[in-house]
Amino acid sequence: MNSALLDALRKGNRLALSRILSQVENGTEAGMAALEELFLETGNAHKIGITGPPGSGKSTLVNALARELRRREPNKKVAIIAVDPSSPFTGGALLGDRVRMLDLQDDKQIFIRSMASRGALGGLAEQTEALSQVFDAAGYDFILIETVGAGQSEVDVVNLAHTTIVVDTPGTGDDIQSIKAGILEIADILVVNKADRPGADQSVTYLRNMVEMGYARSINNGKHHLEDFREISEHETASAHWVPPILKTVACEFKGIQELTEVILNHAAYLRQSGQWHAKDKAAIRANIRHQLIASLLKDFNQNVPTDLVNSLVEEVQKRGISPNEAVRVLLTYNRNNSLESSE
Amino acid sequence: MTEKKIRVLIAKPGLDGHDRGAKVIARALRDDGMEVIYTGLRQTPEMIAEAALQEDVDVVGLSILSGAHNALVPQVIADLRANGQTDVVLFLGGIIPEDDIKTLLDQGVYKIYGPGTDTREVCKDIREAVKSKA
Repeated sequence: MNSALLDALRKGNRLALSRILSQVENGTEAGMAALEELFLETGNAHKIGITGPPGSGKSTLVNALARELRRREPNKKVAIIAVDPSSPFTGGALLGDRVRMLDLQDDKQIFIRSMASRGALGGLAEQTEALSQVFDAAGYDFILIETVGAGQSEVDVVNLAHTTIVVDTPGTGDDIQSIKAGILEIADILVVNKADRPGADQSVTYLRNMVEMGYARSINNGKHHLEDFREISEHETASAHWVPPILKTVACEFKGIQELTEVILNHAAYLRQSGQWHAKDKAAIRANIRHQLIASLLKDFNQNVPTDLVNSLVEEVQKRGISPNEAVRVLLTYNRNNSLESSE
Repeated sequence: MTEKKIRVLIAKPGLDGHDRGAKVIARALRDDGMEVIYTGLRQTPEMIAEAALQEDVDVVGLSILSGAHNALVPQVIADLRANGQTDVVLFLGGIIPEDDIKTLLDQGVYKIYGPGTDTREVCKDIREAVKSKA
């Protein structure tokens, strides 16, 4: 990556920003080098995750939120990262979130980037966090991250967002759905969108019951178990004091958007006051390091261990000669011996 | 590392509301393994250039059935260039009279496709065009 492009990004050149985003998304050497440099300039943006089932109105809500954020904070810039799924068969993708965001196109302080998930399963793409770091370094104050239409366990966004909004719609389930583990648990803010439809108040009631149950529990033990590499700090127990508000919106008519924006900004203030902002940042960094560590270890492994050995072990296991566990032990031993040799 | 994905913006400038063709092409390119950004109906040339800039696409495909291609296409090209995106491959689909085709190609359109085009041909052309730019 030439430093001219990085300088252009720092000066606010949007084409340079866009080019660097592509390099980072594609994981090119230049892109990774740029990211290493840019990371040192991050840490200022408020990252807001928006997740929920397909068709719940996430894109429309993001459109409305971006507009409202810009109205309230005219000097601040908004970035949007909208993730849509890649086809598991062809690797292609149809990224259609922009269709709902046409209101934002003439505002040069808003930058929308569509991303294909490229096989990642947690609701985001492999490089979504990296792109958010580029936007952060480029001086974007709010970064809205829209996940793919999520089911019950696509919860990666929580590792990266300061504020996670879970969007639901009326009539998507009963009270049992709402006490299941997973996506509803990660919400800092719950939104019942399309609230002009029948059943909105009932959805709010179900969600409120769930939140109240969860609130009692989190006071009891004050712990999360979302990421096993994460350290549970004292700050995190403070999350017991934030009870996720439940809001009704009709995003396509801008109803409830001012209230939602208010709550989002309140949440940021709460995070900063309670020390949770710092704790979340730390957790995100920890998750990031862990993630990159696994990727590097795997890359090392693939370089050290010949494919032939893997293939022969697969056959051994298929013949039921050895167990998969034993195959893993053989591979790890080989890898260890091999890397020792190469480092001496 | 896997092969770099081709990113394509499919847009409909102008006021005609017939987006079947644009959707068919978007779907065909997706099935060919490309990442297709679809922006929907009634886009101005400026909006299209802005989306192309933010998405850093390799290719822009326009669908025009209104007859306004002679006004819209040169404006899209001018806006793309003004943004510094001089290397984007631009293709056009729709009802384009024979007489206009040559003019549009001379202005920088890479290929023009009429009704009944085999989508496999479009995919192949795009891959070749992007490859030759790399």
